[in-house]
Amino acid sequence: MFDSASIIVGLEIGTSKVCAVVGDLSPEGVLNIVGLGQAKSRGVRKGEIMDAPQAEEDIRQAIVEAEQMADVEIRSVYLGVTGAHIRGFNNRGVHPVVSADREISEADLQDVIKNAKTINLPAQNHVIHAIRQHFLVDGQDGIANPVGMLGSRVEVDVHVVHGNLNRLQNAIRAVKSLQLEVDDIVFTGLASSLALLSNEQKELGSLVIDIGGGTTEYVVYANGIIKHTGVLAVGGDHISNDLAYGLKVPLSRAEQLKIERGSAFVEEDAKGQTITLANELGMPLKVISLENLRRIMAVRLEELFELLAQDIQQVNAMDYLRAGVFLAGGGARIPQIGKLAEKILGMPVSCGKTTSVSGLKSALDQPEFASPIGLVKFGTFQQRKRATKGFLKDTLGQFFRRT
Amino acid sequence: MDESPLTTPPAIENTARAVCLKVLGIGNAGMSVLELLVAGGFPAASTAAINSDLETLQASSLPAKVPLETKLLRGLGSGGDPERGRTLAEEHAAAIKELCRGSDLVFITAGLGGGCGTGAGPIVARLAKETGALVVAFLMTPFDCEGSRRQHLAQKGLEAFREAADAVICLPNQKLFKTLEENTSVLGAFKLTDELLADAVRSFWHLATHKGLIDLHFGQLCELLRDQHTESAFAVAEAMGPTRSREVVEKLLGSPLLDGGAVLPESDSILVSLMGGPDLTIADVNRVMEEIASKCEGVQVTMGAAIHQDFQDRLGVTIIAARCVDHSSAPVSRPGIEGLQSQLLSGSSPRSGSRFVPPPPTLRPEQVEQLIARQGRGRGQKGGPRFRQAQLPLEIVSKGRFDKSEPTIHKGEDLDVPTYIRRGVALN
Repeated sequence: MFDSASIIVGLEIGTSKVCAVVGDLSPEGVLNIVGLGQAKSRGVRKGEIMDAPQAEEDIRQAIVEAEQMADVEIRSVYLGVTGAHIRGFNNRGVHPVVSADREISEADLQDVIKNAKTINLPAQNHVIHAIRQHFLVDGQDGIANPVGMLGSRVEVDVHVVHGNLNRLQNAIRAVKSLQLEVDDIVFTGLASSLALLSNEQKELGSLVIDIGGGTTEYVVYANGIIKHTGVLAVGGDHISNDLAYGLKVPLSRAEQLKIERGSAFVEEDAKGQTITLANELGMPLKVISLENLRRIMAVRLEELFELLAQDIQQVNAMDYLRAGVFLAGGGARIPQIGKLAEKILGMPVSCGKTTSVSGLKSALDQPEFASPIGLVKFGTFQQRKRATKGFLKDTLGQFFRRT
Repeated sequence: MDESPLTTPPAIENTARAVCLKVLGIGNAGMSVLELLVAGGFPAASTAAINSDLETLQASSLPAKVPLETKLLRGLGSGGDPERGRTLAEEHAAAIKELCRGSDLVFITAGLGGGCGTGAGPIVARLAKETGALVVAFLMTPFDCEGSRRQHLAQKGLEAFREAADAVICLPNQKLFKTLEENTSVLGAFKLTDELLADAVRSFWHLATHKGLIDLHFGQLCELLRDQHTESAFAVAEAMGPTRSREVVEKLLGSPLLDGGAVLPESDSILVSLMGGPDLTIADVNRVMEEIASKCEGVQVTMGAAIHQDFQDRLGVTIIAARCVDHSSAPVSRPGIEGLQSQLLSGSSPRSGSRFVPPPPTLRPEQVEQLIARQGRGRGQKGGPRFRQAQLPLEIVSKGRFDKSEPTIHKGEDLDVPTYIRRGVALN
């Protein structure tokens, strides 16, 4: 039905669900979400695959569902990766301008970016992204494109996101075992931010917090560039686990209670209220206090935001966030979470909305789908880059790859 | 003996009070300290040497000498056997007492680990005390490289000294080892330690006898030390020039003998003696004392400042940090081994019967002594020995879902454990 070259698929192997989103990039460059497939994830803990066969089955299920919905054959995916091993930091590359007239050329830029990307990392670490920030010409900051400027020294900052190669390979292998190609791996925090933020919000400075099942990813944008990224291996699973432990109920029941009765705040009216748990025949099993439930959730979420605030404060990025905080992931659904985050972070917090993408309304409005949609969006950027680099070479390359 | 033991001790110059001082050097090490002391301007008349090694004794320039000899030894010394030294000293008790008679203050310098200082020293201290003098022992323990036997003997000697003397100031040579340069000769190393000990004696002497800017009365000193059986750490520092008061404190606190100042807050009383020229200002004194006091809050600090003509533009500070080993509980005599044993084991008696308590290990008397000594050395009577409840490596909170995954550790905190448990939030 669709031209397969224009199909871009984002796959996220999350802790609570595996999700595949199919996007169709029209010749005019408009992205349209045409398919969505998801499956409950059973082989993943804290964003990393622990049980490969189980995870492969879940991936297959999600992919098949997405294929059916979009009526396409999925051959390659942009794979989202996360986990506590992923770190972000900033690195600077320096390059002296050697040409006689001191004019900065495209070649100089390539060199300085190359310098910035040469990073001393332990051998087992793999650079996932090296995202260019602003250029500096002779120490002058904030230059977006210095080509044609005069100067003796050009510098560039890159934001490097790296992770443990073996642990990244686990996810890639699981996908490859299903005869799928991996176009690229993308840090899911980055993907969410791509889906949620408009250029204006990036320019103003914003913080995207994706509270997933097992991990929480966060990305800080300031002045249009990525300033900071991070992962905290705490997520919705922790809340369920805390509840199961604190209320002495099975994990599945705790999960259900979290979704049905949870809140990020202990409201006055919750005090003294009780919930009667019933077994499948409707017989009362147990009475638990709603206040306790909310208290357990509230302290966990409070801690989560406090840890994030500490980390962001450490890189002095708090003052750059003029557009505020955007929440994504399943955690963004918790009632009152925005209010709690506002209290701790001290700035406006809203639930992120997927922007500049059209298509399935059901997918676009859900905060959980921010990162797979972001993956598709990342894919469109890559596709465009390829297109500008050399259409002929690219199509020929693809032609050969297919046959 | 070329000069009779002094019956009328000489008056020490610059003394306002007629404090009669006697410095006894025991053994070869004690004598060499004494010789350094005399060479440094100490009135030779108030010194005396006691040694079992006749050869060294004869070669020495000290005026008063008490040879500890019997026909049995043929003047060859005690041969590194403290037992012999002890017997010899008992044998010559009369001569030693005679030497100390009339003195208010007796200083004993000795090196521990050999025969004479270790064996005879404590006996001399006891005899001197019996004549009514305040006895302060200045001791050195051997370097580690001198062998474990000497170390062991030195420890025993130190114990004996602690019981016999009013105060013991001990210079563990090994502590100085770090400060020695690589190419220091053996002679040089011993000379250095001798000099340090001589410095300590000298400053104590100054403290007790010199007319001070801020007086430390002899009586006060006695009160501080008498029957306290303290063990002390000390350090001496000197500095010159306009910033001397600041430099001197820095030097003091950096001294390995005070463990970089760590000893100070642990001690029970601290004695600070300042020695300055006529240009010593009250501001200097204040600065030094403030710095020291800030390092040891809640500790009794006694200070004395003395003036000496030679100290123009110089400032010397001696700090003696005393720790009472066993303060009121132990009388002068040592409790019997049986008593110690029960004291050691008393900790395990009130356990409940349900739990299996392994029987206490049978200890030889020496081991018991060592254990007691180790306990005593810990913190003195200040707050008594501190017990810390050990933590059992039991995981009380099960990790549930995260049992097999890599724990999320953030700044030493396991985030997988429910927050409300870590924060101690009470649930109703």
